Amino acid sequence: MKLVLLWTDCLFFLLLAGIALMVPLSGRNIQLREQWGRVFGSRVGVASAMVLCAFLVTAALDSVHFRPALENAGSNTGGQIHYSPRVLSLLDCIFGELNRPAEKTYSVPFASHAFCKENVLTQSGDVVREFPRLSYGGRHLEDPENEKLRDIMSRTGKAVVHAFMLWALIAVSCVQMLAWRQNRSFSGSVVRIWRPAPAVFPWRTVFAVLLVIFLVSGWLYEMSRVYHVLGTDKVGMDVLFQALKSIRTGVLIGLLTTLVMLPIAILFGVSAGYFGGWIDDVIQYVYTTLNSIPGVLLIAAAILILQVYMNNHPELFDTEASRSDMRLLFLCIILGVTSWTGLCRMLRAETLKLRSLEYVDAARAFAVRSHVILARHILPNVLHIVLISVALDFSGLVLAEAVLSYVGVGVDPSMNSWGNMINSARLELAREPVVWWPLASAFFFMFCLVLAANLFADAVRDAFDPRTRMVK
Amino acid sequence: MWAYICRRILYAVPILIGVNLLTFMLFFLVNSPDDMARAQLGGKYVKDEAIEAWKANHGYDKPLFFNSGADGLDKLTQTIFFQKSLRLFLFDFGISDDGRSISRDIKDRMWPSLAIALPTFVVGLMVNITVAILIVMFRGAVFELIAVIGLVMLMSISGLFYIIVGQYVISVLCHLAPISGFGTGPADSWRFLILPVIIGVISGIGSGARWYRTIFLEEIHKDYVRTARAKGLSEIRVFFRHVLKNAMLPILTGVVVVIPLLFLGILIMESFFGIPGLGSYTIEAIESQDFAIVRAMVFLGSVLYIAGLILTDISYTRFDPRVRLS
Repeated sequence: MKLVLLWTDCLFFLLLAGIALMVPLSGRNIQLREQWGRVFGSRVGVASAMVLCAFLVTAALDSVHFRPALENAGSNTGGQIHYSPRVLSLLDCIFGELNRPAEKTYSVPFASHAFCKENVLTQSGDVVREFPRLSYGGRHLEDPENEKLRDIMSRTGKAVVHAFMLWALIAVSCVQMLAWRQNRSFSGSVVRIWRPAPAVFPWRTVFAVLLVIFLVSGWLYEMSRVYHVLGTDKVGMDVLFQALKSIRTGVLIGLLTTLVMLPIAILFGVSAGYFGGWIDDVIQYVYTTLNSIPGVLLIAAAILILQVYMNNHPELFDTEASRSDMRLLFLCIILGVTSWTGLCRMLRAETLKLRSLEYVDAARAFAVRSHVILARHILPNVLHIVLISVALDFSGLVLAEAVLSYVGVGVDPSMNSWGNMINSARLELAREPVVWWPLASAFFFMFCLVLAANLFADAVRDAFDPRTRMVK
Repeated sequence: MWAYICRRILYAVPILIGVNLLTFMLFFLVNSPDDMARAQLGGKYVKDEAIEAWKANHGYDKPLFFNSGADGLDKLTQTIFFQKSLRLFLFDFGISDDGRSISRDIKDRMWPSLAIALPTFVVGLMVNITVAILIVMFRGAVFELIAVIGLVMLMSISGLFYIIVGQYVISVLCHLAPISGFGTGPADSWRFLILPVIIGVISGIGSGARWYRTIFLEEIHKDYVRTARAKGLSEIRVFFRHVLKNAMLPILTGVVVVIPLLFLGILIMESFFGIPGLGSYTIEAIESQDFAIVRAMVFLGSVLYIAGLILTDISYTRFDPRVRLS
């Protein structure tokens, strides 16, 4: 086994580490602590944050890549181990067999028989046209018609019990910890969580969402071991697995684009506002120019050019994964380049306002150097704008990925993404009978992520934006 | 006024030059015309003569910026940059890779695009503002909570979902409107516009109505509203006479921000509904890697955007007497 560190993996883990670093840092700042407290103090905020976390964990699992060693390759090449050209991730391992086409073509969710009729050879040698059994879905059943419902029920029961037990373990230990910290009895702590006083951290919501996440993921895992929970697509790939793999793409596009965009937007926006003069003119010119090019076209042009470049230099990419990874990274960069202008303009306007405030004048009078003023006095006071816009942009980027893939300038066609799923499934509604599950699953997963991101962004905005606080 | 407009238009020139330079760099410096020819002719195994012939045919056989072989002014004009990029300023888009005049194509395809974009934009604007007004007028009630949650959910659904499901429900299941295509004249084209316009409006409600709601909410907490209420005006009168008028300014800003996005909107809409407009033209060009068309559309898109910016600034003065042209 050889670990493979793709570029996007690196950046993703760096970003996660950065977020983890920010938590204790902002915990020390009283104002930040109060504001984040308000974000997580709202039930919607904490619930959406937990759902986002679940998505992040899935994406992180899917970002640990490796190439398994090929088994019987070592003997005839003199002990040298060869690695499979296929790059796998931890998520692939969890789902085992599902990472390659399990069936021949479409099958309905929870099906045990194929969706299309085929010529099947019976034991007596006749050719019969019927729905053949699937090779993965429901293969453990002798008589699917009668056993399936009971099997599904019993497996559901098992999954529910397991998930509930795990949840109860975590919940009880959390409550016990709380009880110790607040010097209360265990039952007193339970009562307080069940009937929270206003302005207390919403533990009840946390536990409820945690239970839902455990139940759903446990059930999906348990079921996916013997069934295609969301059916299979045209080439027989499990749709649930594809949708789960797509989480990484969606999350990465949202996060890495932000990573690209933030430094440019902050640096340019703040310095344009603070220094004024020709710096301001140049920066304004640059962002007006970039802004005036329709984003899709710029992205399309850049991706077309990347494609030509990649076709001319195939030697740079050793595996297919590294190739599609490069394209994903490039897509993030180009999305970042096209989307920093909005934030930059807002930061410039805010800095212009801050520049003339007395405390900045005072700092200048004390001959504090410009970059120190920027870092110490201006930047902390525009951070709420950065945060709000990052949170708001995330969902837009996830949605944009689908549209771009449809136009053909999104992520690599071989990569799992909701856009690619939708794109390859869009003619399936016209089939008779209708094949609805690939499309529905892609839209549903995307909807969950975007909804959680939107709700979280709302909570962040409510807590950080001074204007909405006034309205409240 | 006219002096101001002229100055703004002059100010647009360097921006357009910047756009041109940028697209030029994207298209020619990263990939040489040789690469383009190879991509067009297909694969690695193309003879050099074929590449030369393709370049000569499409006018790519000149130096990029400076032609030392020519004399006089031709040193600058006989270059790819001048021929391919600066000509766009005269709205001379040249010919596409399959030999058609791009200007002519754009002229033909402009009308279907407008026929979709304008109704979607206007109807969408009215629907969004109406929904926002309703939500703000019933604020504090359960209705508001439900409506706001509904808007966030509408906003979180992918635009492709609206298109695909809308087509399926309205056309395939209910047979209310033709699913895609376009007629030859205005008389038989309107039927084809129903579906895209409805879907365009619905997909915009989530974010649109939410945006207008925040604008109205901000206005409604201002002092003049309290004064108006204190005078004894009815809530409806306060809203329509005072709040709506004052909210016009932020609404205008928002509207112009949307104009370049219209371009994105029609891009997807047109190719889904088979409408022969500029959007589907661009997508076809992207798919067939026709750089001449993509370049022309980039330029056109930025011209439209800048025109939109100038229009907002002018309309500011109409709605807000405090804004002076300077």
